[in-house]
Amino acid sequence: MSSAAETLHRTPLHDRHEAAGARLVPFAGWEMPVQYEGVRQEHMAVREAAGVFDVSHMGEIETRGPDAEAFLQRLLSNDVTKLAADGAQYSLLCREDGGVIDDLFTYRLPDGDGTRFLTVTNASNHERDFAWFAEHAEDFDVEVVDAIDRYAMLAVQGPDARAAVARIAAGELPARMRTVTLAVAGADCLVCGTGYTGEDGVEILAPPARAGEIWDALRAEGVVPAGLGARDTLRLEACFHLYGNDLSLDRNPIEAGLAWACKLDTGFIGAAALRNFEPAQLLVPFAFTGPGIPRQGNPVETAHGDGVVTSGSLSPCLDIGIGMAYLPADAATPGTPIEVDVRGKRRAAAVRSKPLYKP
Amino acid sequence: MAADYPEDLKYHPEHDWARIDTHAGTGGDVVAVFGVTWYAQDALGEVVFYDPPAVGSTVSKDGAYAEVESVKAVSDVFAPLSGEIVEVNEALSDSPEKINDDPYGDGWLVKVKLSDLSEIDQLLDVAAYRDLLS
Repeated sequence: MSSAAETLHRTPLHDRHEAAGARLVPFAGWEMPVQYEGVRQEHMAVREAAGVFDVSHMGEIETRGPDAEAFLQRLLSNDVTKLAADGAQYSLLCREDGGVIDDLFTYRLPDGDGTRFLTVTNASNHERDFAWFAEHAEDFDVEVVDAIDRYAMLAVQGPDARAAVARIAAGELPARMRTVTLAVAGADCLVCGTGYTGEDGVEILAPPARAGEIWDALRAEGVVPAGLGARDTLRLEACFHLYGNDLSLDRNPIEAGLAWACKLDTGFIGAAALRNFEPAQLLVPFAFTGPGIPRQGNPVETAHGDGVVTSGSLSPCLDIGIGMAYLPADAATPGTPIEVDVRGKRRAAAVRSKPLYKP
Repeated sequence: MAADYPEDLKYHPEHDWARIDTHAGTGGDVVAVFGVTWYAQDALGEVVFYDPPAVGSTVSKDGAYAEVESVKAVSDVFAPLSGEIVEVNEALSDSPEKINDDPYGDGWLVKVKLSDLSEIDQLLDVAAYRDLLS
C-alpha cells in the first residue's frame, strides 16, 4: 500500500468491504469500494432485488436555530419553506453568478420543531460547502455544524430494499422523500426515503459505531453489497447528475436541466443571474445507436454545433453506450442525431429523454 | 478463476502475451497470437466492449493497437511484437467477456505476421513475468 493510501479516510465499514472482497480505490480523499463481484452484477442486483452501498464518505451539515429556514432559503435553490416537517428536498448551492457549488439533499429533521435541518454534501465538496455555509451564517441567527463525523450512511436500493430494511427496523419506513427516526438493527438512525439509483429504497444515516451491525443485518437479509461503480451506472441510467461530471462551477442549473429545483422568487444566491438566462447549451441524455462506449470528455458533433460528454458508460440494463452531454440548445431535442468522438472513432448516437432507463 | 500464466507464452510487461507458432505461417512467415494476461483482465474487470483493429494494419512492438473496455474503464492493449495483423477474433465483438473467461484461449485478440523475429528475445518468460507481478 502506498503512503498516499495511508492518509485516506476509511469508513466504519472498511473491514466489511475487505471481508467481502471489495476492490478499494481512492475517491475524494476516502478509500472506497468501487466493486465487489463486478459492476454489472451489482448493478443488476439493485435493479432486480436489493443492494447496499456504503456512502459514508458523503458529508453532512446541520443547520439549526430560529433563522435556520430563512438561512437555507437564501443558500439553497429550492423553496425550503415547502419542505415538510419530515421532508427531503433536492437543491443546488450556487454562487452569485449561478455556478453550481454543489448539489444537495436537505432533510428537515423530525425532532427540532422544524428548525433543525440536515444537508448531505458530496464528499469532494464538503469542506467548501461547509465554509460557504459558515461564511453566510454570520447574517442569520443560526448555527451551522459540520456533522460529517456524526454519521455513517448506507443506501439500500432496489425493488426488494424496503422489505429487507423493514425486517430489521423497529417501525414503519418513511415514504418517498420523507424521513423518520427509527431503530435499525437496534441502532437509532435517520431513515430517508431517498436514493440515487432510480429504484425505490431508503438511505440510512447511522451512528458510525453501529454501521457494521446494520451492514451485517442487511447482508443476512440477502441484500448484496454494491460499489461506487454500480452506483454511477445506476444513477446515469436514471439521469441523475454527478457533481464534477455533469455539474460544476462553470455550469449553472438552467444549463444542467435543473430549473425545476430552482425557485427564483425565493431570492437565493444565484437567482438573479438565472432569471431570464437563455442557455446556449443544455445537458441532455443520449444513447448510442451502434457500437462503442462514450466517456467523460468525448467531443460531440451536432448539426447545430459542438458539445461535450460529461458522463458516459455502458448501460448494463440497455446494453448500449449511454451518457449525458452539454449540447447546443437547438440540438437538445430528443431524437436529434449526434456523433460522439470516442478517442478518434466517430460513434452514432441520438439525444434521448429522461430517464434513459425507467425501472 | 485463479491467476494463471501458461509456460508456453512470451510476456510483455504491459500485461500482454504472445504465442509464437513457427509452423502457422506460409512461406516461412512466423505468426504470433496476441492477447492480454490474466492479471490484465482481472484488473480491468468484466470486459464489455472490444473493437478489433483492421486486418492488414500493422502493429509496432510496445505500441497500443486496440482497447478493451469494462463498464467503468478503458484499457489500451499493447503489441508485444511488431508485424501485420492477419486475423482478428471476430467472436469477441459479440462476446467480449471471453477475454475474462479464457484470456489465453477463446479470448485471444489478434494474429500477427511478425516482421522482426529478433524482438522475441526482449519478451519475458513466465518466471520473469511472475517476478514483475510480485
